[in-house]
Amino acid sequence: MDLILFLTFAFVAVACAINLVLQTHPISSALSLVGVMGSLAVLYLLLGGEFIAAAQIIVYAGAIMVLFVFVIMLLNAEGEPVAMGPKLSRTLGIPLIVALAGLLAFIVHRVLPPGAGVAFGKFTGGTALDVGRKLFTDYVLPFEVTSILILIAILGAVVLARKEIH
Amino acid sequence: MNFYLLTLIKAGVVALVLLTSLAYLQWAERKILAHIQLRQGPYRVGPHGLLQPLADVIKLMTKEDLLPPYVNRFFYPFAPFLAVMLSLIAIAVIPFGPEVSVFGQRTLMQLTDLGFGVLFLLAISSLSVYAVALGGWASNNKYSLLGSLRASAQMISYELPLAMAVVAPLLMANSLSLREIGEAQAGFYLGFIPRWFVFQWPAPQVIGFLIFLVAAFAETNRLPFDLPEAENELVAGFHTEFSSMKFAAFFMAEYSNMITITAFATLLFLGAWHPPFPAGWGSDYVPVLVFLTAAAVSLYHGLNPARGRDRRSLPVVSLAFFAVGIAFGVPLLQTYLTPVFWFAAKTGAILFLFMWVRGTLPRFRYDQLMGFTWKFLFPLSVANLLFTGLVVALSGE
Repeated sequence: MDLILFLTFAFVAVACAINLVLQTHPISSALSLVGVMGSLAVLYLLLGGEFIAAAQIIVYAGAIMVLFVFVIMLLNAEGEPVAMGPKLSRTLGIPLIVALAGLLAFIVHRVLPPGAGVAFGKFTGGTALDVGRKLFTDYVLPFEVTSILILIAILGAVVLARKEIH
Repeated sequence: MNFYLLTLIKAGVVALVLLTSLAYLQWAERKILAHIQLRQGPYRVGPHGLLQPLADVIKLMTKEDLLPPYVNRFFYPFAPFLAVMLSLIAIAVIPFGPEVSVFGQRTLMQLTDLGFGVLFLLAISSLSVYAVALGGWASNNKYSLLGSLRASAQMISYELPLAMAVVAPLLMANSLSLREIGEAQAGFYLGFIPRWFVFQWPAPQVIGFLIFLVAAFAETNRLPFDLPEAENELVAGFHTEFSSMKFAAFFMAEYSNMITITAFATLLFLGAWHPPFPAGWGSDYVPVLVFLTAAAVSLYHGLNPARGRDRRSLPVVSLAFFAVGIAFGVPLLQTYLTPVFWFAAKTGAILFLFMWVRGTLPRFRYDQLMGFTWKFLFPLSVANLLFTGLVVALSGE
């Protein structure tokens, strides 16, 4: 059951990711990205990271991508013409990317000791309680530093936006 | 096998009840609005217009399903589908009552008890922006686009105070499971003050409840925050170009979202399925009394009819009310029905408030809408959360 779900959503994620690149209209691309994030959330859920899965949907799919879509709609961006690269990249691109992915999978499979990979249903520390406890004990410094980074980004955005007003 | 069968039956019952109440919620809204405006409301189809929802459904299904030539071929049909799917899926995590046993099998009065049910509901509500935004954009119409832009800005903005207001009861319940939140509100202070989160010591969530309610109006695009479909500015906003069942799908989604968010409010603040006063004071007999009173009133009006045909129809209604009232009195059925009655009563009370507000308040201006949430509601919700956190931390172990 886990394997079927994994294969389904892994396939959806990859298909959405390919569609994201192939689409010419920004809205279609943005929504493909939402599809990728949604299927990633299901994969997190399968691995036992229920809080991360919910946060993925709420934050990425529900907030950040909505803003992307909002801006694309506001600017009324049109579909872009398909820009074809040189002939060499068109013919060699797909075989090379398949080779690269195969090589990566082979190396990871070789380097990793047997049994070190993830397994469905083995991980149980993914509830909001566990994640919260970890965030405020083991990872409190990175957590706080990240929040300050985000604050800096917000301040930067405010400063940049203010220049245009006066 | 028993488990699957039970789950299937539960899913069927919940779907049936949800879809029926969706249809009749609209009837109730039209009736309530009509009475607020000193009109009669739907009166032609069936007694007191009771068959009006059925007539509406038939009308909407048989209307021509128009596909305008200038719309986006993929996203135009996709948006109403997404809207209705997301709004119906949310009911799966809402508990309607405590754990009961049916023919020896313990089961929850809920489709599924997720450990992160609250997050699931928030995720679904944050995704439902897409349906409205896409619907307006794919219509390729300036009014629709303006409506969907307003909708996305409004729903993102009001999600913040909504989520902040939700967190405060979570702190008190110390759980993300909707069932555990409901169970944390059982019992009474001094024997009569219910331990609902609006009253519960040490941090009564009165302000949190009000913030949640206001944000809920905006999240469901209801008056006074129905800017995305403001009729006198935007024709019908994001669903201007939709006809037939696609239009009906947006309508269904709106009412289904209303049911979900009011059920959510009931669970978080109003004590879920727990009665407002102890069973020792006879709270188990309130539903019996309510339905028997309804039976007596309709019997009286049947015996002294205002119109000739009431002489036959109202005694039948009276008999139906009587049967329901007796069902609530049977000890075996009481354990199943009474919690559901209280849950439905509280949810229905908030739904009535939604309709009441729609009938009495004018629409906000757009800048007022945004200013209200960012300058007032959001700081207030942060203050409420900080206060609750502080008090819970001080009083906890």
